[in-house]
Formats: sequence, structure tokens, C-alpha cells
Amino acid sequence: MTAPTLPRIPSRPRGRKGIRESLAAYGFLAPWMIGMLAFTLGPVVASFFLSFTKYNLLQPPTWIGTQNYEKMLTDERLQHALGVTLTYVVVAVPFQLVVALGLAMLLDRGMRGMSFYRSAFYLPSMLGSSVAIAVLWRQMFGADGLVNQVLAMFGVEGASWIADPDTALGTLILLHVWTFGSPLVIFLAGLRNIPRMYYEAAQVDGAGPVRRFLSITLPLLSPIIFFNLVLQVIGAFQTFTQAFVVSNGTGGPSDATLFFTLYLYQKAFPGFQMGYASAMAWLLLIIIAAVTALNFWLSKWWVFYED
Amino acid sequence: MRTDLVDTTADSSVTEAIITGRPAPRRPRGSTSPAGRVRSVLKHVGLALLALLMLYPLVWMLVASFRPSEDVFTPGLSLEGVTLENYTLGWDALSQPFGRYLLNSALVVLGAIIGNLVSCSLAAYAFARLTFRGSKWMFGLMLLTIMLPLQVIIVPQYIMFNSVGWVNTVLPLIVPKFFATDGFFIFLMIQFIRSLPRELDEAARIDGCGHFRTFTQIILPLMTPALATTAIFTFIWTWNDFFSQVIYLTSPEAYTVQPALRAFIDSQGQSSWGPLFAMSIISILPVFLAFLFGQKYLVRGVATTGLK
Repeated sequence: MTAPTLPRIPSRPRGRKGIRESLAAYGFLAPWMIGMLAFTLGPVVASFFLSFTKYNLLQPPTWIGTQNYEKMLTDERLQHALGVTLTYVVVAVPFQLVVALGLAMLLDRGMRGMSFYRSAFYLPSMLGSSVAIAVLWRQMFGADGLVNQVLAMFGVEGASWIADPDTALGTLILLHVWTFGSPLVIFLAGLRNIPRMYYEAAQVDGAGPVRRFLSITLPLLSPIIFFNLVLQVIGAFQTFTQAFVVSNGTGGPSDATLFFTLYLYQKAFPGFQMGYASAMAWLLLIIIAAVTALNFWLSKWWVFYED
Repeated sequence: MRTDLVDTTADSSVTEAIITGRPAPRRPRGSTSPAGRVRSVLKHVGLALLALLMLYPLVWMLVASFRPSEDVFTPGLSLEGVTLENYTLGWDALSQPFGRYLLNSALVVLGAIIGNLVSCSLAAYAFARLTFRGSKWMFGLMLLTIMLPLQVIIVPQYIMFNSVGWVNTVLPLIVPKFFATDGFFIFLMIQFIRSLPRELDEAARIDGCGHFRTFTQIILPLMTPALATTAIFTFIWTWNDFFSQVIYLTSPEAYTVQPALRAFIDSQGQSSWGPLFAMSIISILPVFLAFLFGQKYLVRGVATTGLK
């Protein structure tokens, strides 16, 4: 099956030839090692340190212990931002994956027009994170936007979807669903690897389409569904651009689109509260790690690996 | 064909094939019965409608950008009197001509592509082909960084780049790419190199090639599809990247396309949708072209890694 298998890394080298090869490898890896230390691990450690300080870029950081973390416990906007982000993750990610899986089922048969459909559905994923699309979304779901004009043709008077706190987050969820093309392409690649003979055998035994889907497609595709789920969840927690542009950086209306990352940005860059922002980043990291771990744990019950 | 296994109605072409000894002509799928044909047509109608629904906003924005300002918001796709007014207005709406921002974006994208191609392929070769001490945990570390949220490292990175005076230059967006910071692409290339037969580089080694020559003369030419995938994904993601560009580029001369568009919204408010649409179209055009010509590599890259 095509579950993304990790490459097997060769084990420990021996002898003089081994030492030579090790040295060559470190040569090839030198840029990566420097980058890892300077641009990744270094900043990770620094961020952890900063999360225990008060720092505004002008004066040197002052150690304040766990105050930033304590402050987060009473920061109502932060908790609200966490709620917004969780709602988005819990609704948008499964919604998008179900749409992608459904369409993958429809498209997989070497059908006519396949490449056209795939392109049409894939294109939005390539554009979805750009400011231009956020601009378009703002217009479409605005009071006199495209959506309301279409609704008006049917005699329905629509609200200003972006300006209404009850629907603003919904428009961003729709935007996420609109980009279902990238999981779709992964699902299509996965479906192509399920041997056709399984279906043929099941059909001989009298299994209907629903049964074939539940007993063959779903189990064999489950590693890929799981993989998509893990990645999409991690990505969705970090959603930023669309909320930023649609709300002009405020997270409005009434904080309805105040994503966690947007609040973090507000604290760090216009606000220069680098210590607090670092603590927030660590909270985000911990939440993402915990949710990912939970995903892996839950996968024992529904992800099926051959052999 | 599986339909033949359950279809009890006599299939004349099969019968004919048995009689004449010639292979039966393959029939197009889904046309075996009238009901199947109806279903196939319905499916195509549904899919086409969905594709239309998804792409309609984009096409509408394109059409609207050519309309005179008074009827930009007409819902249909009608176009009476094509005008370039929105484009000329939008081009000069900010303190710099829009071409400046396009150029800045192009510079960042070019730097990021070159950086990723060079540094990630070097690292990938080591991980995929060489045995060395620490390979396992280094590989694990590399995978972990793919999942690390950018928010954790952006604050210290900003402080670091700010202290060396790189804020409002393209350097913070380019220099890290030369140090293989995009683990995703290393992973993609490792997967690809491992699919190449090892005999090739072993033969080169026997002929006296060192590792570096094996890499440049044997592996690198063979991995062009993976390099193409990397280049196109880097292009699209870097072009669209807003978070780091809006953080590092705060002065209008340094803006790339995405921060410029957002500054446009701020400066013009709701009043000038036409020019805003026009510049939005310009901003997505390069991505659209990259998608159009590179789709094969995007799809293949997705299929080989199973990643987004």
C-alpha cells in the first residue's frame, strides 16, 4: 500500500571506509546542520527562554519566571482565540476531507475528463492562501457582494456575512473547504494503488457499492486519510493570512475571526510583547503536539495497515 | 472486465469474439447499460457544475477587473466596454509602482528556489545514500522540524535578523533557504533518490567517482523531476507566503506582492474594488502559470511523498 513509508536509514558505518563516508556525509549535511542550529534549534531554545521574560526589543529581556504563562490563564481574549481556532480546526478539517474523499471516489475510474476535473479542483488549493483570494472572499461575502447578489436573484436577502460575528468564521471555513484539491490529489494517488481485483472479488461475492466502499476502500485508504488528517490539523492550527486580511488584522468582527496566530502576531509585532508572544507560541506548540499525539493514539482504532 | 462477471445479459461482442476468435473490442466504461449511461451523464453534469461553482469567483474577478468602475459589481460575466483603467489605477495606487512589488517578490522567489534546490538536494543525498554516525536521529530531527509551527521560531528569528539590520531586506526570506530549512523538500528528495537504482551510483564509485561527483554527475541529473517539484512548490508557497513577508517587510519600498496588496486594502478602504481586483489578478497570475505548466510535477510530487 502507499502509506508514506519512511525510508530506511542505513545503520552505523564501520572501518576506515566508514569514517571516510561519514565525513563525506557531514560535508553534504553541513548547510543543513548550520541551518538547523542557527535558524531552527537556536530560535526554539531562545523562544523557550524568552517565554519566561518580558522583552520589548528596546531594553534587554528581564526574567519574570512563569508570569507570562500565568497571564495566559486569565487572558480572556487568548482563551477566546483558542476557541475560535479549535472550532475552525474541528469543523473545517473534517469537512474538507469528507468533500475531498467523496470527490476522489467519484473521480477514480480512469474516467473521461479526469485531468480537467483534477486541474479545476486543484487550482484553488494553490491560490487559497494568497491575499488576492482573501480580497475576493471579502467582496464575495460582503453586504453587496457576489453571494448576496446571487441570492437576491432568488429573492433572498442575505446578510453581510463577513461583518456578522455569527457567520464571519463560517466564510473562512468555506474558504478552507474550497481548497480541498490538495487532499483530493493525495486520495486519488492512493485509490489508484488499491488492486482492482479486490473489488472484482467482492463483486463476485455480491457486495454492493456501499459495502465495497466500507470494506475495501475505507480500510485500504485509511493510512492516507490519517496522514491527510494529521497534516491538515497541524496546518489549520496555524491559519493566519485569510483571517488577517478579511478582518484587516483585527480578528473582528467582535473577535469572531481572532485566530490564535493572529492574536500572537498582534502581541509580537505591533505590540512588541516578545516574551508573551513566545509563551503563546509554546502553548500553540504544546496544543499541536498534544492533538497530533491524540490523533496517532486514536489511529489504532481506525487506521488499517496491511501486513 | 468486472462488469462482464455479473452482467447476465448476453454481450454480443463477446459472443462474436468467441465465434470469430478475435478479441472483443473494448467498450468504454460506464456505457454497458442505459441506466449506467444515465448515471455517467449525471455524474459529469454534477462534477462540471461543481467545477464551475468553484472557479466562478475567480473568473468573475477576472472579468470584473476589466469593467469600468461603475459596474464592477455586476454579478454575471457580461463585459460591456473593456477598460484597462483598473490596471493603470491599481498599478500606481501605492507609493511605488506595482512592478516594484512584483520584482521584489520575484527576487525572493528566485532566491528561495535556488537555495532550496542546492541545500536540500545535498542533504537528501546524504540521508538517502550515505551511512554515517547519527544518521537516525538527524533524520528524525529533520522530520520533526517539518511539523514545527513557524510561530515558535519567528520571534527569535525576527530579533536575530533585526539585530543584524536585515529587516526590510529580502535576506531573512532567502538566506535560511540556503541552509536547508525546508525539511519537507529534503524528505521529498530522499523519497525520490531512494527510488533510483543503487547500482548506478555503485558503478560510478567503482569507476573512481568520489561522493561529490557521484552526486553531481549521476544522482542530480536523474532527480530532475523531484527538483522540478521542489522548484514549483517553492515558487507557489513563497509567492503566496504572507506571514513572514508581512513581518520582515514593513517599509513600502521593501514590500513584496502580498504585503503590498494588503497595504492597498488599508489605504483605499472599500471604495476602489476595481483596481484592487486588477492587482489581485496580477498577483495570482504567476502562480496560475506555474500551476498550469508545472501541474504534472505537483501531482507527481504529491503522489511520491504523500504529503501536501
